[in-house]
Amino acid sequence: MVKAEIRQQLDELLSSYNRDGSNLIPILQEIQERNGYLPEEAMQKVAQFLKLPESAVYGVSTFYAQFKLVPSGRKIVRVCRGTACYVRGGARILSEVEKHLGIRAGETTTDLEYSLETIACFGSCALAPVVVIDKTVHGRMTPAKVKQILADARNGDEAKS
Amino acid sequence: MTLDEIRTRARKKWELLEHSDRPRIFIGAATCGRAAGALGVLEVLEAALAQNNIEAIITQVGCIGLCYAEPLISIVKPGRPHIYYGNLTPELASQLINDYIVNDNPRPDLALGSVGEQSIEGIPQFWELPMLKPQVRIALRNCGLIDPGNIDHYIANDGYSGLVKTLEMTPEEVIEEIKKSGLRGRGGAGFPTGLKWEFCRKSPGEVKYVICNADEGDPGAFMDRSLLEGDPHSVLEGILIGAYAMGATEGYIYIRAEYPLAIERLKSALRQMADYGLVGDNILGSNFSFHIKIKQGAGAFVCGEETALMASIEGKRGMPRSRPPFPAQAGLWGKPTNINNVETWSNVSAILGRSAKWYANYGTEKSKGTKTFSLAGKVNRTGLIEVPMGIPLEEIVYGIGGGIPNNKQFKAVQTGGPSGGCLPANRLNLPVDYESLAEAGSIMGSGAMVIMDEDTCIVDVARYFLSFTQSESCGKCVMCRLGTKQMLEILENICNGKGKPEDIDLLQKLSEAVKAGSLCGLGQTTPNPVLTTIRYFRDEYEEHIRNRKCPAGVCKALISYSINEEKCPGCGLCIKTCPVGAITSMGKGKPVVLDHEKCIKCGSCYDVCRLDAIKVE
Repeated sequence: MVKAEIRQQLDELLSSYNRDGSNLIPILQEIQERNGYLPEEAMQKVAQFLKLPESAVYGVSTFYAQFKLVPSGRKIVRVCRGTACYVRGGARILSEVEKHLGIRAGETTTDLEYSLETIACFGSCALAPVVVIDKTVHGRMTPAKVKQILADARNGDEAKS
Repeated sequence: MTLDEIRTRARKKWELLEHSDRPRIFIGAATCGRAAGALGVLEVLEAALAQNNIEAIITQVGCIGLCYAEPLISIVKPGRPHIYYGNLTPELASQLINDYIVNDNPRPDLALGSVGEQSIEGIPQFWELPMLKPQVRIALRNCGLIDPGNIDHYIANDGYSGLVKTLEMTPEEVIEEIKKSGLRGRGGAGFPTGLKWEFCRKSPGEVKYVICNADEGDPGAFMDRSLLEGDPHSVLEGILIGAYAMGATEGYIYIRAEYPLAIERLKSALRQMADYGLVGDNILGSNFSFHIKIKQGAGAFVCGEETALMASIEGKRGMPRSRPPFPAQAGLWGKPTNINNVETWSNVSAILGRSAKWYANYGTEKSKGTKTFSLAGKVNRTGLIEVPMGIPLEEIVYGIGGGIPNNKQFKAVQTGGPSGGCLPANRLNLPVDYESLAEAGSIMGSGAMVIMDEDTCIVDVARYFLSFTQSESCGKCVMCRLGTKQMLEILENICNGKGKPEDIDLLQKLSEAVKAGSLCGLGQTTPNPVLTTIRYFRDEYEEHIRNRKCPAGVCKALISYSINEEKCPGCGLCIKTCPVGAITSMGKGKPVVLDHEKCIKCGSCYDVCRLDAIKVE
């Protein structure tokens, strides 16, 4: 993204917050929501705005799993590694997703189409194992269903089940 | 408008709905229901109703707890009982509209149970089902029964009556009532709630904070999410009562960003409360003012710990600090602060709404009331349950959960998430209360309960939990940061067939050191899964170390797959499933052949074979 564009977007975003340090996480969350990651320029600007050292902003950005410092894919595929998913074969589901996307957990496809993440627990344990594509939770996954939901996502027609 | 007036109006609306001359459909549309396909079912229902020109009232409700049967709906025709139908597909949903709503055949073959005075032949009473009968729903009293997006539904069902009573009492009387109820913190540690409130009340200071901990991070736990999605007002009412009792004017709900639906429900609940004067300045015309903000977590397990959570609200890295001072003395921004978990707050509103005496009727001498659990893993009926304290584990696993699927053997029940332990079959008679679980080496925890069967390798489970806590350690305490890393390496070695005879002792020693050398609950409880698995399943560790065998057939380095030639008819199902083409057909009727060089031991063939023709050794 062009720097000027980031600056303009940030000015607008920051104007809705006061300069209180407790707003750091909500501000970063909003930047991440809009860009899919935290651009370096944005973190510097946030530090200036909140009168915090850049190191503090960087510290928070790297502490919380939600924040990404590099761009992620347009679609985020998240595989749950919670206990119930683990007991019901979650590892197999993850390797199946890795196989289909051609990337490993934590990576993004070169065309920036997909990012693959694992997540501690979605809290949909009764339907384990679970895969989440963007905001849609897919329960009772099997390797065959993984193939299906990824194909559906690819066709831009997300299955509702 | 006074709450009485609001309630009279809400009750009238509720009555009109109950006695509506139109059919009503309730659909479980919490996250679990949606994951199982509830929204697809909803679309079909709406289309089928429109096609038949039927005007029905569809209400999206929260989770009633029978997650194994999701998507779940209940249909009420005028003058008939509620009938619950589970495991719906879009096809079955459209059949139900035709068969029951249009043609009056209630389809007992698809029904789970009915609720109401009349019964229908072939359909059991819903609340008498084996999964529901042993349950006592206090925290979850409204979940799945009311529209969580409509405050009137909550108010019509006696909601906010506890708050009204509270405002007529002195703060000390409210604290006394909570003390009498025997309520203990449901976040896991079980500290007496009334006492905690009293500390905060007595702590000097003009500004005090109350926090609701909705950072439900334990893998395997979803009680708090379900409660917030299904009945947010029961929690919010509890928070108001606590704030009044402790003299707090501001509060926070700290909730995981992974729970978008729960956040949405809370936001809409707060807007509706503001409209009715139930939050903000001079609540219900009294002198009591209270403001609530929602703070979203950013994905750090350690933020479930109270001092880390407060640091996170302040905009910092969520790292715990030493106590004292306790939050009741110096918490958020150095002010007296009280933190309780979602379920605790919902119990508070129930206790004030009914009475401490009524609440204390449930449970054991030291653990009063009920506890919610999320029942998951290798159990037939997974779901969200609430049971009286003291119920034996056995009754949860076999009675409510319906036992282990596919005729497999029960191996262990894991309670308390990564901070808890794995209990074996001979501890299934254990009553579920804080003391008994702690004595057995586990903890009550927030309520995750994961059942494991014979196909689960207990050493691998310990490794799994350690890998989780090790990566979630904030890094402040050396023992938690490095000790867990050492423990994980040892467990990985054992799973990879490189275990040494002295490893078990070393794991136990390291566990003690990590417990002693960690500031917060995360580090202090991290060794629990390792210690309990060694305590109850030592022979399985030894089998891995001495004989280089994984009895459950899980640890890849220690197993190999082969074809049982007597059982294999060469159907070829495994050939299609094998991701690396390691299995070849020798023609119809002849057993297939497995190439051990190519086999990656993924187990796909084992899972797919219906004839037990794949052997794991």
